[in-house]
Amino acid sequence: MTVLVVRDASVTLEGRPVLRHVDLEVAEGEIVALLGANGSGKSTLVRAAVGLVRLDAGQIELFGTPLSKFRAWRRLGYVPQQSRATAGVPATVQEVVMSGRLSHRPIAGLARQADHDAVTAAVARVGLADRMRSPFAELSGGQQQRVLIARALAGDADLLVMDEPTSGVDHDSQESIAELIGGLVNEGASVLLVAHELGPMRNLVDRVVVLGEGRVVATGGVDAAVYEEHEQVHHHAEPPEPRPEVLGGEGVFR
Amino acid sequence: MIELLDYDFMRRALVAATFTGLAAPAIGTYLVQRRLALLGDGLGHVALTGVALGVLTGVAPLLTAVLVAAAGAVLIELLRTYGRTSGDVALAMLFYGGIAGGVLLINLAGESAVSLNSYLFGSITTVSPGDLWLVSGLGVLVVALAIGLAPQLFAVCQDEEHARVSGVPVQAYSILIAVLAAVTITVAMRTVGLLLVSALMVVPVAAAQQLTRSFRATHLAAMVVGLLAALGGVVTSYEINAQPGPTIVMLALAAFAVAALGGAVVRRRRPAPT
Repeated sequence: MTVLVVRDASVTLEGRPVLRHVDLEVAEGEIVALLGANGSGKSTLVRAAVGLVRLDAGQIELFGTPLSKFRAWRRLGYVPQQSRATAGVPATVQEVVMSGRLSHRPIAGLARQADHDAVTAAVARVGLADRMRSPFAELSGGQQQRVLIARALAGDADLLVMDEPTSGVDHDSQESIAELIGGLVNEGASVLLVAHELGPMRNLVDRVVVLGEGRVVATGGVDAAVYEEHEQVHHHAEPPEPRPEVLGGEGVFR
Repeated sequence: MIELLDYDFMRRALVAATFTGLAAPAIGTYLVQRRLALLGDGLGHVALTGVALGVLTGVAPLLTAVLVAAAGAVLIELLRTYGRTSGDVALAMLFYGGIAGGVLLINLAGESAVSLNSYLFGSITTVSPGDLWLVSGLGVLVVALAIGLAPQLFAVCQDEEHARVSGVPVQAYSILIAVLAAVTITVAMRTVGLLLVSALMVVPVAAAQQLTRSFRATHLAAMVVGLLAALGGVVTSYEINAQPGPTIVMLALAAFAVAALGGAVVRRRRPAPT
């Protein structure tokens, strides 16, 4: 079964085409990594896949349901790109991760034992059991990233979409995140992740999709990660296009 | 001190202060979390136009204030989402438009801006029995929603995009937060006044978080600080014959100063874990 299908997706942000006719599929139990240079559109693609960015054209299906009709949010776990901006009021690790249970909870009422258990298990799984009561803002960057992963885990999602889960994270944390993702997939989850470089995840990833200037320029096994050559080839096939000086547009709407 | 309660107006003022002190930080915590601390100020200014509209048309100013402020709240949320105007510029325009509209309308009603004084800084003697019902009802509504919907409101203010991917209707909750802030302003109008109401939404939260580590503790502690400042401010204003708004806000600021000192001492004793 295919858990995520992106068909012929195009996105324009602030008048600039960011994705052009992109196709992408993630099968059940698969780990797919999106690679590409800064500004290649990989972050926009995952954000579109979870409904945070509107498509100009094309379709997205999650678990066989068109995104506009998709309501089974508990099947989807999202780990946003890490943001340095913290909220204006302190919140503990436990409280942040509890947000990951929202799609399981009724609109009002206290968290139930199952919610507390899921939060405790998710936090333990990312190795932060001793920091449950710590304020999120006091943690290191790598620890904060693990908390955001725990928040996605707490919902027992079938598909995890992660935007650069290992960027700005020290090597040890990268390895423990890679190990964690491997464990999830063994349990039947599917993962779509954005990465700048694969690092310790190299041995886990089933398939790599390389984006360049908003198009898929290569796809295949991990070897396709050597994508610089593909980009060169790609340039010959396309007419030169106006290109803004700074292509850091992926995060402009955060 | 206890003879204060012999006066009807004082009993009403204290009841109004109770709801104000609880409701303002209850919703204010979310504004601070979202880094929209000044939204309350902007809506307070808009409510002034509502008050003047009430005076002009002969409708109860409290009622027109809550309607106009709520409309302003919806407008600013839509501007933030769809407009090409940044949040702070949209807020600034609310400030200007609210004050200008208020004074203009009150002039049209044949009165001078001075007559708005009791709405701007509060006035304990002016809480009528009718006002009291409205203030109590709205105060209970704000506190009940701010606490009852805490998981959703927390998620929306902590990480809007994650909330959206969890299936939370973020836009609806954003508008709800802004409208609850507008309603709170009307609740607080008679005690703290429109120009200072935002302080009661923000300062107790700032004071509480000097000493707290979790959102829930901050939320509840802020409501306690707000309640004490509002009640203490009303009593003090009676004792020293001053308007209640400034005394409430000065008490809240004093609580902040004490909490900041206390927090610094606690942190020095217990160094942050590395």
